[in-house]
Amino acid sequence: MKTRTLYDKLIDSHSVKTLDNDGHVLLYVDRHVINEYTSPQAFSGLRQHNRDVWRPSTTLAVVDHVNSTEPNRTDFSESESGARQMKYLAENCDRFGIELFDLLDKRQGIEHVVAPEQGFVLPGMVIAAGDSHTTTYGALGAFGFGIGTSEIEHLLATQTLVYKRLKTMRVTIDGTLGLGVTSKDLVMAVIKKIGASGATGYAVEFAGSTIADLSVESRMTICNMAVEAGARGAFMAPDEKVLAYIQSKPRAPRGSLWSQAVAKWMTLKTDEGAQFDREVHLSAEAVEPMISWGISPDQADIISGFVPSPNTTYGDHQNAAIERALEYMGLEPGTNFEDIEITHAFIGSCTNSRIEDLRQVAAVLAGRKIANGVRGIIVPGSSLVRQQADEEGLVDIFKSAGFEWRQSGCSLCLAMNEDILLPEERCASSTNRNFEGRQGAGARTHLMSPAMVAAAAVSGRLKDVRKLKPK
Amino acid sequence: MLNANIDTDVIMPKQFLKGIDRTGLDKGVFFDQRFRADGQPNPDFVLNQPAYAGAKFLLTGPNFGCGSSREHAVWGLYQLGIRALIGTSFAGIFFDNCMRNGVLIALVDEAQLRQIMTHDTLGKDLKLTIDLPHQEIRIEEKEAIRFEIDQLRKNVLIEGLDPIGSTLQHKDAILNFEKRHLAENPWLA
Ligand code: SF4
Repeated sequence: MKTRTLYDKLIDSHSVKTLDNDGHVLLYVDRHVINEYTSPQAFSGLRQHNRDVWRPSTTLAVVDHVNSTEPNRTDFSESESGARQMKYLAENCDRFGIELFDLLDKRQGIEHVVAPEQGFVLPGMVIAAGDSHTTTYGALGAFGFGIGTSEIEHLLATQTLVYKRLKTMRVTIDGTLGLGVTSKDLVMAVIKKIGASGATGYAVEFAGSTIADLSVESRMTICNMAVEAGARGAFMAPDEKVLAYIQSKPRAPRGSLWSQAVAKWMTLKTDEGAQFDREVHLSAEAVEPMISWGISPDQADIISGFVPSPNTTYGDHQNAAIERALEYMGLEPGTNFEDIEITHAFIGSCTNSRIEDLRQVAAVLAGRKIANGVRGIIVPGSSLVRQQADEEGLVDIFKSAGFEWRQSGCSLCLAMNEDILLPEERCASSTNRNFEGRQGAGARTHLMSPAMVAAAAVSGRLKDVRKLKPK
Repeated sequence: MLNANIDTDVIMPKQFLKGIDRTGLDKGVFFDQRFRADGQPNPDFVLNQPAYAGAKFLLTGPNFGCGSSREHAVWGLYQLGIRALIGTSFAGIFFDNCMRNGVLIALVDEAQLRQIMTHDTLGKDLKLTIDLPHQEIRIEEKEAIRFEIDQLRKNVLIEGLDPIGSTLQHKDAILNFEKRHLAENPWLA
């Protein structure tokens, strides 16, 4: 039999029909996650054409992008537009029979944190959502990818998408990560290596001993951020760790269904000898803590480096692009990264706001205080993560260090709610995008791991977390 | 718009994502670059220059439309009058969003893009036409550049089909598939 990659298997097993010789199939989608800001027009489309939702139980709705993260929030929204989107989502879920975690639900949170946490994501599933970071689910051996609003409507109405097969890439990472180096640094190193469009048109499988050694949550960070290299799907073969992760989740299959499922899931791997269109290798030993200095996620470097000169070519970026990045970021060529002062430190987003991330932050913050002039904000990935952090005593550490401890949501990751930076404010951020204006018009974002954000917060400037004096 | 990696946050900033319908998004397109802080048009921005006013086609740099899935970016471009993007590569979700909204993506190679960019009438009175059925971009009706598009999307654009309606013609196939799929993977039911 022909050898196949994991991607081939996932797509083959979900193809209802081949549509042409160009690689288009009608793809069956097992699960669908929706939010309040990319779904409204999809529902309006259904209503307008008098169409129903094909299988409502496969969709989960979560409020996360526009809501307040104030510690004492209620379901009253200051923002009229945000209130309208939340209300319309609730109306639509009600009308079409879709389950909704609304703002005050104790399971509310960022969709890509909530769905795995609930056991809504299982290995072998094909999952789509109106959000590019749906790739996160690949850490569980599912195939997740982002879609636009028209596709949301299509999916709601038909349970399928007209899908074109991607090329395949395997990124193999072997070796042991150094102390203080995290999966965020790893994925940033991959993005730097292949470029912000390096995986455009590809589905990416991550493999190698380093990936196997990582926790499931750390793997999510990698799959999540693979989209910043253009990947429309990033995944890893499920293993024992994934099973252990899922088994404790509310919606995991139980009893004989569990054993049946496990038997199937263990077959989800790339066959020996299967061919990828592109192979990339990386050694974990070579990875160091990373920070981004520019306005594209591949404009990033190791923390011991310095701001590049516009006269150099930097990966895919030509002079003009570097010049623009430096101008926007307000940086002088040759400046050591560790001399860059910050005004804000933000821990949050679907990339890095799970309990393990918060534990790493607490480990750095314990016994330390935020530097003068820095505002520190922590927004847990879900309300359940928030509760757990409280139970584990992390919150006391955050608060003693001077961080604000907020409710869950996307918050400063895209600044659609009231959490927004002013022009020229500079933020060390555990998020995934350093695009112009992402955290507020004119605001400057440096991406890094949660531990590195904590190190920057207590130092008042970007800082190699490994260099902090032991407490 | 020839820089690499122009993302959808830049094409359509967050403050325009707050509606529940699709209207009024032309204003938001490239907002932070198109308008100055005082709300006046920024004369340096390409679409504000008289030679490019009313442009229907945009020449784009590699990986155009990367980042967020927001379809608002495409709705806005369409409302601004943009009917085609000509470039070497596009981000996946953005690509699909364009094709779903009557914005043609004409994939060309670098040399072809340069052929248009370096044309001596660019910025004066360059006249480009796009012939979708023949997959050609014509410069001044003299030079022709062949672009790539797959047949399926081409048909959708030409015939303006309702994609959901088309898919629902396969309703029985979907139902059959679903029945088998759930029987084989009962934990998904
Ligand atoms: S946390 Fe950020 S990247 Fe993740 S879903 Fe929310 S806005 Fe998108």
